[in-house]
Amino acid sequence: MLKPRLIPVLLLKNGILVRSKNFTFHQHTGDPLGQVERYTAWKADELIYLDINRDDTHDFRETMSVIGSTSSNKNIPATMTNDVVSVIRSVSEKCMIPLTVGGKIRSIDDIRVRLANGADKVSINTQALDNPSFIDHAARTFGNQCIVVCIDVKRDPGTGVCEVYKHFGRDPAGMKPIAWAKEVERRGAGEILLQSIDRDGTGTGYDLALIRSVAESVSIPVIALGGVGKFSDFVAGLKEGRASAVAAANIFHFSEQSIIHAKQEMQASGIDVRL
Amino acid sequence: MSPSVAIIDYGVGNLTSVANAVSRLQVEVRISADPLELKNATHIILPGVGSFGEGMKGLAERGFIPALQEEVRTKKKPLLGICLGMQLLATEGFEHGHHQGLGFIPGSVRMIDTTQSGLRLPHIGWNDVAVSDRHPIARGFTHMPIFYFVHSFHLVPEQADVIAGTCEYGERIVALVQSANVCGAQFHPEKSHDDGLRIFQNFLALSSC
Repeated sequence: MLKPRLIPVLLLKNGILVRSKNFTFHQHTGDPLGQVERYTAWKADELIYLDINRDDTHDFRETMSVIGSTSSNKNIPATMTNDVVSVIRSVSEKCMIPLTVGGKIRSIDDIRVRLANGADKVSINTQALDNPSFIDHAARTFGNQCIVVCIDVKRDPGTGVCEVYKHFGRDPAGMKPIAWAKEVERRGAGEILLQSIDRDGTGTGYDLALIRSVAESVSIPVIALGGVGKFSDFVAGLKEGRASAVAAANIFHFSEQSIIHAKQEMQASGIDVRL
Repeated sequence: MSPSVAIIDYGVGNLTSVANAVSRLQVEVRISADPLELKNATHIILPGVGSFGEGMKGLAERGFIPALQEEVRTKKKPLLGICLGMQLLATEGFEHGHHQGLGFIPGSVRMIDTTQSGLRLPHIGWNDVAVSDRHPIARGFTHMPIFYFVHSFHLVPEQADVIAGTCEYGERIVALVQSANVCGAQFHPEKSHDDGLRIFQNFLALSSC
């Protein structure tokens, strides 16, 4: 039987992993390679790397000198410097599970260079909103299966109305989540990564109403992201949210064997997971 | 002779993942866009994502079709088709029209039928595969293996005796085939962790027969 997927999301800023809260507060959690083998051994079903650096390039070695030397830094090859592409290349050599890479993808060439360096799929966001035919073009060029469209959603605290945001959650895109999800499916997206900005880093659980409304309006898989604070939130995302896959970032960073424990809890709730 | 693996680059799909995975087994790996390079290989991998017609066009444009006939049909070198690469082994495909395939495995490629099940397409994710150890490609598993799939079409072989593994997704999907030196995996062994590596090990243990 097909297993619902559990997917750790790793946020890269200036070449290091960070935890995020409400898309603004970023705390350093480690080097980008150290987690890969651990997560793979713990039976993560895929990995998603999102580059949330605001600038195009950075020197990774400078970053490491700022945060200081920790034991985990020994994993970093001397050749891994400067840009997200070299991070992808190093990660993919160790990654025996599907690898999705997102962040600052604006052109077909941006996709091509990520795939050529070992990514299996790319996640696109702002560029899809600015120029929706980019999705058609990307899907035709590389196949639907490697185009993931990330949809960032903010819920108005007063009215409860959801709206799609772009530019790292800064600017409203003038779209409603369901309408945009249907459009990206029609244009050839293979999957949707649906992220709640309000829940990011809060640990208060997924926005289940949002996830369910989108999952029921499209026939491509929807990956839920944003808000997981306890392992039972994954169960709710699949059962109540009707997501095909459940993703999270912060919860995996700070506990040993976190993915195995999450899957054990999912299995105990009657979900057939890969263990 | 230690294996030397050629991964065919015909303009579709991500070859780096396949090369990374095979490299883990300490064998020589080369990504080949030139059909002449198949002559020096002991094992050939045909990866690929995308559509059937585009795949055959990519092989034809680069001159790989006669090279594969020679190396695989005549010299009997082991060949492993992955995902679209497995589908291209069939006689014909019905994705966006009707296309002729390589014809190494008699059968046709059709869309997965989800009318009864109502399941989503593509079939994406990890699925259990029931393997038959009559086939060397499927041997050595002490548990039911689980592999990563991404596809909407599947190969329906004419002869049941080539089927080395199946999974369930609304209907029975042929996940693994072997006919003498020709093997195919609908899933991605390069993305299927330890179970995937076992498939590559089994493939590399095959010799020209």
